[in-house]
Amino acid sequence: MRICVQTDSFDPGALLNQMHADYRGTGAVVGFVGYVRDFNDGDPVSGMWLEHYPGMTEKALADIVEQAQTRWLLHEVHVLHRVGQLEPGEPIVFVGVASAHRQAAFEANTFIMDYLKTRAPFWKRESTPQGERWVDAKHSDEQALTRWQASESKPS
Amino acid sequence: MIDLQFFARYRDVLGCGAEQLPWDDSLRTLGDVRDRLLSRGEAWQVLAEPRLMCARNQTLCDLATPVADGDEVAFFPPVTGG
Repeated sequence: MRICVQTDSFDPGALLNQMHADYRGTGAVVGFVGYVRDFNDGDPVSGMWLEHYPGMTEKALADIVEQAQTRWLLHEVHVLHRVGQLEPGEPIVFVGVASAHRQAAFEANTFIMDYLKTRAPFWKRESTPQGERWVDAKHSDEQALTRWQASESKPS
Repeated sequence: MIDLQFFARYRDVLGCGAEQLPWDDSLRTLGDVRDRLLSRGEAWQVLAEPRLMCARNQTLCDLATPVADGDEVAFFPPVTGG
């Protein structure tokens, strides 16, 4: 697995191509990219500050990837998450999963994002016309975990 | 000593991101640590929020988790990464 927490931006296409270059025998690579929106909760967003818990963040992400690897047979997983100051339109997070078959790659990618959003210590602060505000966690993100907790799947 | 860490909105409200809390036998769990902080007064009531998250030695846990001298204990609001 590759886990990166960094301030620098990244090229999602290059990361996706690198995953296949590193593991040419793979049959499926699923990549997810999350971007900074210019609008949230009814207000324009002009920028975003991402805080994290150095040391714990990397461990939490590795733990989530390890859980995914016990549920699905995966060739490679790459998680990259940015911190610091970001502008609208910039990429925030990349999750890439390589596997022999698409179903495992899709499911594992969704699993990793669901747990990253609710268990990895990152916090977003938005800049809006009214000033700076910490983004509230969504109950729907927590509820998304129930689909994984209800079904313990064996590696497929 | 317990190495306390506060993040994001909690750090803003409390006006501090880290402090050293002297350890004693009455601090058996993270809940005991949290209660000790709540007794300090108004600003600290933010730690009474039902959705408070906590970690012991950089691993997520709950308030019933035992705490020991030398631990790193963090309190933070629900996470919003991704």
